[in-house]
Amino acid sequence: MSDFFSSVADYYNYLIYIVLMVIGLYAIIAKKNLVKKIVGMNIFQTAIILFYVSIGAKRGATIPIIEHGHGEAVHGAGSQAIKAAEYINPLPHVLMLTAIVVAVATLGVALALAIRVYNRYETLEEDEILAQLREK
Amino acid sequence: MSQHYPALLVTVPLLSALLISILGWLSRRLCFPVAVAALCVALFSSVGLLFRVLNEDVVHYFLGGWAPPWGIAYRVDRLSAMVLVVVSAVALINLIATRRSVEREFPEKIGAFYTLYVLLITGLMGIVVTGDAFNLYVLLEITALTGYGLIAMGEDRAPLASLNYVYMGTIGACFYLLGVGYLYISTGSLNMADISAILPSLYGSRVVLVAFIICMVGVFLKMGFFPLHAWLPNAYTYAPSAVSSLVAPLMTKVMIYVMIRLILTVFTPTFTFSRLALNHSVVWLAVIAIFMGAVLALGARDMKRMLSYVIIAEVGYMVGGAWLGNRAGMTGAILHIANDAVMTLCVFLAVGNVVYRTGGYAFEDLKGMFRKMPYTMTGLVAGGLSMIGVPPTCGFFSKWYLISGGVQAGQYGFVAALVFSSLINAVLFFRIIEIGYYEPFGSDHGHGPAPAPMEEAPLSMVVPLLVVVVGLVVMGAYTGDIVSGIIAPMIP
Amino acid sequence: MRTLGILVAALTCALLFYAMGDFPPWADPGSAAHTHVSPRYIEKTMEETSVPNAVTAVLADYRGFDTMFETTVIFAAGVVCFFILRLPKKEGPIFRRYRHTLTGMTIRVKCTRKIPPVLEEFEMIDNLWAPHDLIIKTSCRILVPFLQLFGLYVIAHGHHSPGGGFQGGVILGASMILLAISHDLRTALARMGEKVHALLCPIGVLIYAGTGALCLVLGRDFLDYGALAGILHVDPVTARSHGILIVEIGVGLAVMATMIWIYNNISSRGEYDEGL
Repeated sequence: MSDFFSSVADYYNYLIYIVLMVIGLYAIIAKKNLVKKIVGMNIFQTAIILFYVSIGAKRGATIPIIEHGHGEAVHGAGSQAIKAAEYINPLPHVLMLTAIVVAVATLGVALALAIRVYNRYETLEEDEILAQLREK
Repeated sequence: MSQHYPALLVTVPLLSALLISILGWLSRRLCFPVAVAALCVALFSSVGLLFRVLNEDVVHYFLGGWAPPWGIAYRVDRLSAMVLVVVSAVALINLIATRRSVEREFPEKIGAFYTLYVLLITGLMGIVVTGDAFNLYVLLEITALTGYGLIAMGEDRAPLASLNYVYMGTIGACFYLLGVGYLYISTGSLNMADISAILPSLYGSRVVLVAFIICMVGVFLKMGFFPLHAWLPNAYTYAPSAVSSLVAPLMTKVMIYVMIRLILTVFTPTFTFSRLALNHSVVWLAVIAIFMGAVLALGARDMKRMLSYVIIAEVGYMVGGAWLGNRAGMTGAILHIANDAVMTLCVFLAVGNVVYRTGGYAFEDLKGMFRKMPYTMTGLVAGGLSMIGVPPTCGFFSKWYLISGGVQAGQYGFVAALVFSSLINAVLFFRIIEIGYYEPFGSDHGHGPAPAPMEEAPLSMVVPLLVVVVGLVVMGAYTGDIVSGIIAPMIP
Repeated sequence: MRTLGILVAALTCALLFYAMGDFPPWADPGSAAHTHVSPRYIEKTMEETSVPNAVTAVLADYRGFDTMFETTVIFAAGVVCFFILRLPKKEGPIFRRYRHTLTGMTIRVKCTRKIPPVLEEFEMIDNLWAPHDLIIKTSCRILVPFLQLFGLYVIAHGHHSPGGGFQGGVILGASMILLAISHDLRTALARMGEKVHALLCPIGVLIYAGTGALCLVLGRDFLDYGALAGILHVDPVTARSHGILIVEIGVGLAVMATMIWIYNNISSRGEYDEGL
């Protein structure tokens, strides 16, 4: 039993991201409202961001800003003192900055499209729009 | 200069897109020339790059001066150089050919249109040259976002079609991103060459297996491969004609390039075809895709929708060919990327010309078209013949490789699907010819209406179309050289 | 649709759980992600770029090319929102409602499409008009300059603390959006017109891509800021640090302008005041 709990503790970040991601995926496919689908899409993207950021974590390490790096910046001389184990992995954070920006951009475009759709059909419910299309 | 070709390819269009965006607010007349100049530079550097690659095999370019795997590197080999030339040439021809219709459809927003157009090309070129798995994702999103915008400006249902494309495209890109994350967590690297060097020791890992599946699902979604194709027909049908003829030839083809790149470079064919037992099921999916595409195309009532379903079938050709797991199939798939881009461009340009003159693209609008627009219809028929696979055109050769690949692999279902789809294509295009040629005479008036006066599209639209038609035959004639010089060295 | 959704979600869930067993445990310092590429970023960032914040160094230098396209993504989103939403100018006269602020009376006036001058005792009422709220208006007006100052700080201090162009640009953009929410869009547009933010957006990206192109012209690879050493009169390592600052400023401008642009287009359904 304690094995089970320790493995959950070791993997809980993955569990959470999978749950979030599945919620998002379900919302995109199953929801009828176009804006709810957009929300689902955002949850989906956020889950992936969470996954990446959790890769960056390192036990016993701090944020990746080199201490005493200010002022009389000592190139070369200070490098011996810097140990990679003391700082968390910066790469996933950089990647996720990009992914966040992409998510924001997609959200903006999706909302703009939703506005166009609403202007045209006066509704955001997918089945009502389909009914209107079938009438023609 | 020549050592900077890989950077110029992408950055010159990017800088010009920014410039066009500024010019859009100052002087709209300058937007088009700047776009043409940018794509000319891109075409020039991709052709230059192709010749360099033929001599040096692989060209590397380190962006920011950082060596991989720490920095982002461009890695151009024969396959990517070929696709680059195709992308830049198709984009340039389409840009020139559609100038009139763009001016008519978006008089107020010409700056924004050309900005998005050139950005889309920037993204596609970037996808093809990049050697970094994450950089590919960013560029994927650039192409996707600009694509959503361009498609949404079509008629009536376009925003809804585009919104559906947003949902599906985002899921696809996110799956790819997640796959890259899985690769990163197991290898610690983002550079494709580096990943493939590390992977062999990890082939047994479940993470790598799932990474592969997720990446593939993402790419399949983006290219509209069979069960995931639902967004494609509407998006391509309702897009403005200038956009359809850009997006239809390039987007799916570049995504197939990404798939082949993942198979050949990142995961290596050994892993893809020996470790996984998936290739038979993917080929069978491709068979269903081809059948579905063909049958749905038969039921379509207008040309653009019909061609969109034909594209779904063509995607099935290429995916199936790549997953046959033998040299002939892969050769056919790669060759078909180039050929299909050119022939899709050809038919969509012809349809664009018809739309420009008649305002519609339903089959009824084609009545008497051979008399009215003889050159355009010649283009449409030539593209159609190539899609059927009639010998002098290039479509025949790639289909030949695909069929022989199918026979070698013993996948007779795939062979049957290819033959069936060729027959259906023949029916489709002969129906168009029949409508365009005979309809006015077989009417119930007995003597038929007076022949319509010739009303060809403007020269700036017809000449590029005829150039593409010549390209179809030339590419067919040089198939041997393309295969032996470019494709054969790429396949292990 | 619902069954399909459950099916797809369950399938994905099963696939991802299947892979989870082979993941390294959370925050394991020995996992491949922490031992292959990333140690160099941490250990060499001071030596190679003289930027203590490793995230900034990786963002704008080691993987600066990604970031350039990331800025381009934002720019593309701005252009797309403009492209699909912005309505063209309409012709003909228009009726406008004006409210006399002292008496509260509303009058209806027939006038041309040109934007009228701001009148002292009358205010225009249309779909952009928001009713008065003195407390909100005043407190937001006081807040805006501080927000902008903080945004500039975040951009400029990205080398030494969490921050940088994206974060700072978003704060700057948020300050203008706050003005638009608390007053109305017209007030915000009077401070920063459509043409200004629509031009700032490509100019910001141009600063980034232009810096890269300058490095190329100076004979190094694209975005190799070391090439700027000659122009800036510093050693190549410090030049990298300065190069990062320049591109961060570009990013900040582009992000700020795009946020405002997208907000304006979406909130007014592309109508702004009077059409293009």
